[in-house]
Amino acid sequence: MDSELLYLTELVGLAVYDLKGRKIGRIKDAALVPLIDPVRVDRFLVGGGWAWLTIRHDQVRSIDLEGIHLSDEQLTPYHADEYMFRLVRDLLDQQIIDAHGRKVVRVTDVTFEVRRTPEGDRLSVLEVDIGLRSVFRRVCEGVVPRGIIRRLQAPIPPNSIRWEFCNILEPDPQRRLRLNITHKLLETMHPADLADIVEALSPEDREAIFETINSEVAAEALSEVEPEIQASILESLETEKAADILEEMAPDEAADALAELEAETSEEILEEMEPEPKTEVRELLEFGEDTAGGLMNNEYVALHEGATVAGAMAALRGNEELLEGLTTLYLIDQDGRLTGAVPLARLFLAPAASPLKEVAVEILIQASVEEAQERIGELFDKYNLLSLPVVDEDGKLAGVITADDIISLLRKK
Amino acid sequence: MLKRFRHHIAVFFSVIGPGFITAVVDNDAGGIFTYSQAGARFGYLPLWTLAPITVLLVVTQEMCARMGAVSGKGLSDLIREEFGLRTTFLVMAALVAANLTNVMANFAGIASSLELFHVSRYVSVPLAAAAVWLLIVKGNYRSIEKVFLFACSLYVCYIISGILVKPDWKEAAIYSVRPVLLLDPGYLTMLIGMVGTSVAPWMQFYLQAAVVEKGVTAREYAESRIEVIVGCVVMSVIAFFIIVACAGAIWSTAPRDIRDATDAALGLQPFGRYAYVLFCAGLFNASLFAASILPLSTAYTVCEGLGFESGVNRKFREAPIFYWLFTFLIVAGGGVVLLPGIPLVRMILFSQVINGMLLPFVLIFMILLVNKQRVMREWVNSRGYNLVAWTAVVAIIGLTLALVSITLRGMGGA
Repeated sequence: MDSELLYLTELVGLAVYDLKGRKIGRIKDAALVPLIDPVRVDRFLVGGGWAWLTIRHDQVRSIDLEGIHLSDEQLTPYHADEYMFRLVRDLLDQQIIDAHGRKVVRVTDVTFEVRRTPEGDRLSVLEVDIGLRSVFRRVCEGVVPRGIIRRLQAPIPPNSIRWEFCNILEPDPQRRLRLNITHKLLETMHPADLADIVEALSPEDREAIFETINSEVAAEALSEVEPEIQASILESLETEKAADILEEMAPDEAADALAELEAETSEEILEEMEPEPKTEVRELLEFGEDTAGGLMNNEYVALHEGATVAGAMAALRGNEELLEGLTTLYLIDQDGRLTGAVPLARLFLAPAASPLKEVAVEILIQASVEEAQERIGELFDKYNLLSLPVVDEDGKLAGVITADDIISLLRKK
Repeated sequence: MLKRFRHHIAVFFSVIGPGFITAVVDNDAGGIFTYSQAGARFGYLPLWTLAPITVLLVVTQEMCARMGAVSGKGLSDLIREEFGLRTTFLVMAALVAANLTNVMANFAGIASSLELFHVSRYVSVPLAAAAVWLLIVKGNYRSIEKVFLFACSLYVCYIISGILVKPDWKEAAIYSVRPVLLLDPGYLTMLIGMVGTSVAPWMQFYLQAAVVEKGVTAREYAESRIEVIVGCVVMSVIAFFIIVACAGAIWSTAPRDIRDATDAALGLQPFGRYAYVLFCAGLFNASLFAASILPLSTAYTVCEGLGFESGVNRKFREAPIFYWLFTFLIVAGGGVVLLPGIPLVRMILFSQVINGMLLPFVLIFMILLVNKQRVMREWVNSRGYNLVAWTAVVAIIGLTLALVSITLRGMGGA
């Protein structure tokens, strides 16, 4: 067999022997240099006498449970190296994100693959271990001989995460760069899963994640986070980054998030935003939290009542970013007053030339911006709505409430 | 100005829960017994200890709440990160042992309080265990917290029964502020017992986890601290009324030792049916409440510390160790009470010993953690606060170890 497994727990404390078989000391830690190689154990740190020494990976001849034999004796004293990711110090017992299992886990042990090459044995990180088996191993290590632990742990099912799915958490941006820690893995997750993960983390780790992932993903994830945590994240970020994220959020959600902040902070962030989303959000912030105005979104598609089906299709083609979640088009007159609603599905069945007025719903259900949220929920329930237009005191279309807003509202209670 | 004030009130109500519940549950079956005993044997004399006890509680609880709010992590998490897995494992093992005996003591409290209402323990204990299990497994954090806060409000039973006994309020007021030291071994043991039972290891873990679970952040911390202080004061007020009730009812007629908390309730009988019934109901409520929180808190803490999936919002299959541990604590804790011939009093004393042995470690870990810049950033203890905190910790440890040695000697003699 040319490859086998070794655990970090077993590696630490292994005796190290020089060319003549004299014992130099014992392994204290092992380090990766992620900028060079993300999986290879690059250095071993040995404690012997009063100082620590560093062994490079190419100075090792053999590694097994009995000890480590070197092929080269030119060892250098250990000095703190910013580019070194030390497994015992920086990984063991710390929290990481399992991007595959979509949860926050605590590292109990690390599994290495030992490759036997003609130049000597090489270690690379294979998996991070969590769960009962690794706890058992850690607790017994040093008390029971290594070989016996291996036999005793065999019946316990392993619980491990492949190294490529592990997302390390590091609050210091400088160290993130030096250690090549990115949050690219997190950007591939569903924003709702990312939101759950973020809620389980400490405030500084949350901040680190939102600082680095792209604003679009950050915005989607932030919309799903609990309001109080939303507020603490926005406050901790640089104003500019917070503004970038809020621009990407749906205006009603951005407004809700800003409403949770102190007036001063929320004003600062608003000032940093692009003019268009800024006005939208500002408008929404005017409304009371418990009213239809506070619930609605001002991203909707409204067309002049005289338009035709073909005209509507053309308008939709020009506004692709609105299509996701769009169920209804609204018709307005010259003065912006709401006159009708057209369910999207009806567009496909109607002839291209027919006026939109003819395909509009027969009975138009609408609500005023001052309407209480309780009542809005009742309307959705009673008329089985997917979306509900909201009008101001002049009958002008002010915004739209969609079913997902209602679901969030009901869940909050 | 008014708006600011209203804002603070609103934030206060949003953070209410963790500190309050922790402090109030501190008056569980064991605590009630200790205070009843103090009142029955020494009357109003021990009342002065409540003020220093409140201070000790506030100091320790405040540090936990702060750590939870700032780090966003539980105490067992932080111990794991800073002191390694083996230390955590040992602390967790001791915590399970200590809390298991605490759960037993509280199921015993349920059994004996309901027996006064002629309900057999073979009915009350299984029913209570099933109710506790269902509440936690089927509920979610918010609904459970509401039930717990409701249970807190039922402690008013003790206040009413204290008033019904018509104790000597003037005496009570005087001795609340006048420290009295008697060089009587019984009196000293009682004082040590009162302090020793007031700070328990589980409270530190529970409080910090609850603060984190509640999502309290550093910016709401000011309100959270007030909540912790209010909780500790309420706990002392309840303890005050328990002592006063027993002093007024038992000590004023004939000072004596009581066997358990229900014995104290019987002593209240001459003062009317209500005083007696309320005292029993209070004991039942307190025991049931503690029997719900302790298994939950233990399972939660252990799984967090050792990195197993935990939390009532996960399914049984997703967090098997959490649910098994939780179920084990309830079944074993309740089951032992039903076994004939189990020396329950000895087990409760034994629980005090394990709690007492574990507490110094927990407190020292806490104070080391709360001073770590890496964990607490600018929220580490100030120098002055550290002086207070270390004094409090040393005092608690000293008194707890004294209690342990007294208990051990008593157990050896018995």
